Amino acid sequence: MYRYDEFDRKFLAERVAQYRDQVRRRLAGQLSEDEFRSLRLMNGLYLQLHAYMLRISIPYGTLSSAQLRGLAEVARRWDKGYGHFTTRQNIQFNWIKLEETPDILAHLAAVQLHGIQTSGNSFRNITTDPFAGVAGDEIEDPRPYCEIVRQWAALHPEFSFLPRKFKIAINAADADRAAVKIHDLGLYLRRSDRGEIGFAVTVGGGLGRTPILAQTVRDFVPRRELLAYISACLRVYNQYGRRDNLFKSRIKILVQALGIEKMRQEVEDEYAAMGDEREALALPDEAVAAMQAQFAPPAYADAAGDDAELAQAAASEPDFARWIERNTRPHKQAGHASVVISLKPVGRPTGDCSASQMRTVADLADELSFGEVRVTHDQNLVLPHVRKSALYDLWLRLGAGDLATPNIGLASDIIACPGLDYCGLATARSIPVAQALAVHLAGREAAIGPLQIKISGCINACGHHHVGHIGILGLEKNGAESYQITVGGSDGEQAALGGIIGPAVAAHEITATVDRLIDAYLRLRRDGEQFPDTYRRVGLAPFKEALYVAR
Amino acid sequence: MDDPTFKLVTGNRLRDGAVVYFASAGIWTPRIDDARLVEEKDGAALLAEAQAGPPPHPAVGPALIDAVRDGDRVVPATLREKIRASGPTVAYRAA
Ligand code: SF4
Repeated sequence: MYRYDEFDRKFLAERVAQYRDQVRRRLAGQLSEDEFRSLRLMNGLYLQLHAYMLRISIPYGTLSSAQLRGLAEVARRWDKGYGHFTTRQNIQFNWIKLEETPDILAHLAAVQLHGIQTSGNSFRNITTDPFAGVAGDEIEDPRPYCEIVRQWAALHPEFSFLPRKFKIAINAADADRAAVKIHDLGLYLRRSDRGEIGFAVTVGGGLGRTPILAQTVRDFVPRRELLAYISACLRVYNQYGRRDNLFKSRIKILVQALGIEKMRQEVEDEYAAMGDEREALALPDEAVAAMQAQFAPPAYADAAGDDAELAQAAASEPDFARWIERNTRPHKQAGHASVVISLKPVGRPTGDCSASQMRTVADLADELSFGEVRVTHDQNLVLPHVRKSALYDLWLRLGAGDLATPNIGLASDIIACPGLDYCGLATARSIPVAQALAVHLAGREAAIGPLQIKISGCINACGHHHVGHIGILGLEKNGAESYQITVGGSDGEQAALGGIIGPAVAAHEITATVDRLIDAYLRLRRDGEQFPDTYRRVGLAPFKEALYVAR
Repeated sequence: MDDPTFKLVTGNRLRDGAVVYFASAGIWTPRIDDARLVEEKDGAALLAEAQAGPPPHPAVGPALIDAVRDGDRVVPATLREKIRASGPTVAYRAA
């Protein structure tokens, strides 16, 4: 993992001291809310329905056990005992007191965590594959590049006042597990025919009011030119992105307005005009190698014999076998696996994790996963490197902490944003919808197979509903909650936006509606198909019809 | 006929963000039942009164909302304000 150097530590300490003084002045009445708002937001502190909310950035979703313990302590000491992991691979604390925030930030700074750039028109947390560094289908570990881009982007003077927020995702495997196409800028790591490492660069993805998938601006940028090239992209956006209309300010609207051809031309012209600057921003091999050393794989044990042991344990215990099948993923290293810890126990709020659960996961990470934890954009956690011979013990211990629900990728593994139960921008609730659906569908989720249900409590789409196989958007209609349902979205390599199946439905109609959509899918699907495949083949009509006939 | 709708002022307490309601000069209460209610036409005056006083103002973002009386209880008109008044509708995790 990347370790802060002296500069990082000093910067963060100064930042906390500054913030402490700002809070003092706010509480003393020397700063008005108008003056203070942007200062607190710059440190990740929002004001929500019931309290302040603190959003802590988890760079590319990688946490050390010490950091997770730090977060557990915030939950225990300064919140109501839990935190909420988000689709941005971040964590939010919902019950924060302003007067305690300087102490919280000081506590987090000690474990290299902060809330800087989790709001405002800046670069947000850079996200990536939660199986980075361990997945068998990966070309290289993307995290060194995430960290290089993070350092470049952090408080970048030229790009501190972008027209709007800016989200970057990096994926380095065949499968896109970072939902790259819904990001403002996306990087797909590639190896050229000549063996050279570089990136396909995409721009203009985003959900919200106007969902648009990213398009490729350049197929291959050699890694040496990475920072220079994305600087050119950002310059075009910084210059032409709209600042007059909040709803049109994201880069996706610019790309839509220009068209990808023109956008490409603008970026290439800008890039050509950079001249010497390109050299100044060049990424020498030595710099990459030095960063890669920070992410060197741990010293794995020789675990070649573990497979047989695991097979035996699984054969004698069906529940364990089911968990292995659903919640573990292959690992590059023989005899190892990555374990997905479900934060979706059926019927509980999605993505919530209590302080004691965080401590349990941190302890297990120390014991069994080289002290490493990942946060997924599906609001689950990952222990990336577990020996197969340790899986049975791990399963038992996770189970004792209500952390072993075997539902990863299934119908009850629902993404839901905080919605109207917490969020000041919400138009409807999302968590209770997710809970009811999970309870309702859990019994037949094995028969349904992989299914992604995603729920947002307003048009901002933090729950990524547009790219859910089944997406649910909470709206308000005449003072009541109503829900617009889409089908056929997906966020992988073949990302697609879902199609709206008809008029919005009332909260009590959601379960029946989703049932009918799933029934239609099960009727329509062919062998080996998943929901997006079936949708691509048959289109929206049969799903609409299934609802129409039922009405 | 519908119950008459009243106006009241709510905000979030500066020091901890808790939901509070304006009761009387300088006094904000966490209990909506103790909020001061006025008729529609007196709303603007109530908001002005709630916003008066030297800094720091005890409540952030004071705003007028609609509510009705139900016996001794005060019930806000919108779901959002109902959730603000009584907390999330979902159980959350204990430590
Ligand atoms: S989608 Fe809307 S309701 Fe949900 S967290 Fe985002 S802003 Fe809040």
